Amino acid sequence: MKLERSHHVVHGDHLITRSPGLVVYVTCGDPNLTTSRRVILSAIDAGADVIELGVPFSDPLADGPVIQRASERALRVGTSLADVLKLAHEIRHERPGAGLVIFSYLNPVIRFGMERFASEARAAGVDGVLLTDMTIEEADDYRRLMQAHGLSTIFLAAPTSPDARLKKIAEASQGFVYAVSRTGITGTHQQADLKGETMRLVRRIKKFTKLPVAVGFGISTAEHFREVGRFADAAVVGSAIVKMIEENPGQEAEAVGVFIRQLRHGVI
Amino acid sequence: MPARKSKSSNPVPGRFGAYGGRYVPETLMAALEELESAYTKASRDKKFHRELDRLLKQYAGRPTPLYFAERLTRHLGGARIYLKREDLLHTGAHKINNAIGQALLARRMGKKRIIAETGAGQHGVATATVCALFGLQCVVYMGTEDMRRQELNVFRMRLLGAEVRGVESGQRTLKDAINEAMRDWVTNVRDTYYLLGSALGSHPYPTMVRDFQSVIGKEARAQILKQTGRLPNAIIACVGGGSNAIGIFHPFLNDKKVKLIGVEAGGRSARLGDHAARFEGGVPGVLQGTFSYVLQDDAGQVAATHSVSAGLDYPSIGPEHAMLHDSGRAEYVSATDDEALEGVKLLSGLEGIIPALESAHAVAEVAKRAKRFRKSDIILVNVSGRGDKDIGILRDNLKIG
Repeated sequence: MKLERSHHVVHGDHLITRSPGLVVYVTCGDPNLTTSRRVILSAIDAGADVIELGVPFSDPLADGPVIQRASERALRVGTSLADVLKLAHEIRHERPGAGLVIFSYLNPVIRFGMERFASEARAAGVDGVLLTDMTIEEADDYRRLMQAHGLSTIFLAAPTSPDARLKKIAEASQGFVYAVSRTGITGTHQQADLKGETMRLVRRIKKFTKLPVAVGFGISTAEHFREVGRFADAAVVGSAIVKMIEENPGQEAEAVGVFIRQLRHGVI
Repeated sequence: MPARKSKSSNPVPGRFGAYGGRYVPETLMAALEELESAYTKASRDKKFHRELDRLLKQYAGRPTPLYFAERLTRHLGGARIYLKREDLLHTGAHKINNAIGQALLARRMGKKRIIAETGAGQHGVATATVCALFGLQCVVYMGTEDMRRQELNVFRMRLLGAEVRGVESGQRTLKDAINEAMRDWVTNVRDTYYLLGSALGSHPYPTMVRDFQSVIGKEARAQILKQTGRLPNAIIACVGGGSNAIGIFHPFLNDKKVKLIGVEAGGRSARLGDHAARFEGGVPGVLQGTFSYVLQDDAGQVAATHSVSAGLDYPSIGPEHAMLHDSGRAEYVSATDDEALEGVKLLSGLEGIIPALESAHAVAEVAKRAKRFRKSDIILVNVSGRGDKDIGILRDNLKIG
C-alpha cells in the first residue's frame, strides 16, 4: 500500500501550508535510528511542518562541524539511504500530515540507483527531495525521474546566485525553494545578515515564483525565526537541532520538542 | 547517472564522455561560472600566454629535459626508456606549471586571497611559491596525517609565507583537505580564489588544469621527435588526481599508435581501503564536484584509501581519465607500495635520479613492462617529481647500509 499525505496531493504542491512554516533538519541515525524516529515525531508534534531527513555522508563538504559530527555518528552505526527510507515510511505512517523531504548528497543516491530511489521514496510516502550538490544544470534526468514518481524537487538558491540562475532554480523547484541565508557552510557559528543579504535574496526569488521560500543556514533562535517570518514563508533549522541532540543524550526527543516550542512561541 | 548526454561530435564543455560536470552547492556556481569565463578569456589572450611562457621559462625552469636513461634501458633489457624530467622544475614537481597558470588568472580576476589543498605537499609548496612571487595571501589545507608524513613540505610552505591549516576530519589526507578547502571557498567565495592542484573537481578545473599541464606533453612530443625522429610506443605516468598524466597524455591523444599507460597506487593489498586504484574496485559516482570513478562502499559512502605516496592517496580520479579508461584510449594499471619503493631504488641506483614516491609508481610499471617491447621501441616515462620530500619515508622503509 502506498502511503500518502492525507490532506492533499503532493505533486507540485506547496509543502509549506502555514506561515511562518518551520522546516526541521535531522541527520538520520544520529546517534541511532530509534532516537531519530523519536526526535522527528517530537519535532512534528511541537510544530515542525516539514522534516528534512538527512542522509549521512562520508564527505559532507557543505556542512559545518556540528552536522559533520552527526554524520560521523550516524555512519558509525551504519546508517544507509535504505535505512532513511524505512524511517520515512514509519514516520509517514504515524504522522500522515507532516511534510517529508529526503536531504542528501548526491553520491549515496547514485549508488542506490536514481530510479529505484524515486520509486522507493514514493512508496515510503516521501514528498520531496533535496540533493545538496545537485545543480540545476545537471538535473534533467533527476527531475524527470522524481516527477514521474510524484516527488517534489527542491533546489538551493544562494545569495551569490545571479537573477538568471534564480529564475531557473525557481522553475526547477517544487514544494518550496530553499534560500541559503548567507555564503558558507551549515552551522550556527556564522550569523547571516537576515535583514540585508537574506531578505534581498528572498525578494529576488519571489520575482520568479509563487512557491513558498524557506530560509536556512544559521537559523537558531526564536528571534531569527520571527525575523525570517517577516519576509519569507518558512525557516529551516538544522544545526541547532542537531546540537540539541548532541548535547542531550538520552533526552534528545524531549529537548528538541522544547526547543521547537520555544522557537515557535517564545524566546530563546 | 550523467544528466547530460554528450556526443563526441558535439562535446559539452566540462564533460568528458559521461564524466565531469558540476556538482557543487549552489553558492559556488556563480564563482565557477566567473572562473570559466575568466579562463576562456585568458586562454585566448596572447598577453596572458606570453606572461605564462615567460614565467615557465625564467622562473620555473622550462623546458625540462627529455633524458635517455641508458643504464636503466640496459638493465631492463627491452625498450629504450626516456625520462621527462619534471622533477627538475622549481619546487620539485610538475605542480608549479598549474600553480603559475592559475595564479596569473587569479591576479587577472583581482583575487587577493588564495586557498589550496595539498596531499604530498607539492601542490601546496607550488601554490605558496607563486603566492610569494605575486604577493598574494595564501592558505593551504592539509590533512594532519599528510603533515606528519610530509613534514618538510609543511615547513617549506610556512617559510614561503603560507598559512598551513591542519585538517583533522576523515582519514586526515588529501580528500579531507579538499573538503575543508571547499568549505573555506563556499564561505569566502566573493574574494577568494581556489587554486585546485589536480585535474579534478567541477568544470572548468579539469580542463583548465589539464591545459596548464599539457606543456609537459607538448614539450615531450617535440623533444622525442627531435632526438629520435619518431614518436614513442608508450607513455607511462602515475595517476593520483591525474594532472601529470593528463598533461603528458593529452598532446598524444590523436597519435593513436602511442600507448598511454596510467599507474594508480596499488597500496598494500587489493582490499577496499588498502589502495587507491580507482579503476580496480571503484564505480562511477560524484565526489567533490565531479562525476568519475570513486572508491566507495555499497551504500555510496566514500572508502578509505591507502598509499605510501600521499600524492596518489585519493579515492577518485580526474574525469578525463575516466573517459580515457572507458574508451580504451588509455590503459590503467597499479603498482604496490613495495613496487614503488623498489622503483625509487632502481632509478636512484642506475641513473642517479631520486624520484618522488608518486613518480616511482611509473618507474615500477616500466620495470615490469620494458622487456615486453622490442629493443628498437621507445617508452617515455614522466618523472613528475623528485624524492627529496620523501627522504624520511624512504629512510624508514628502505633497508640500506
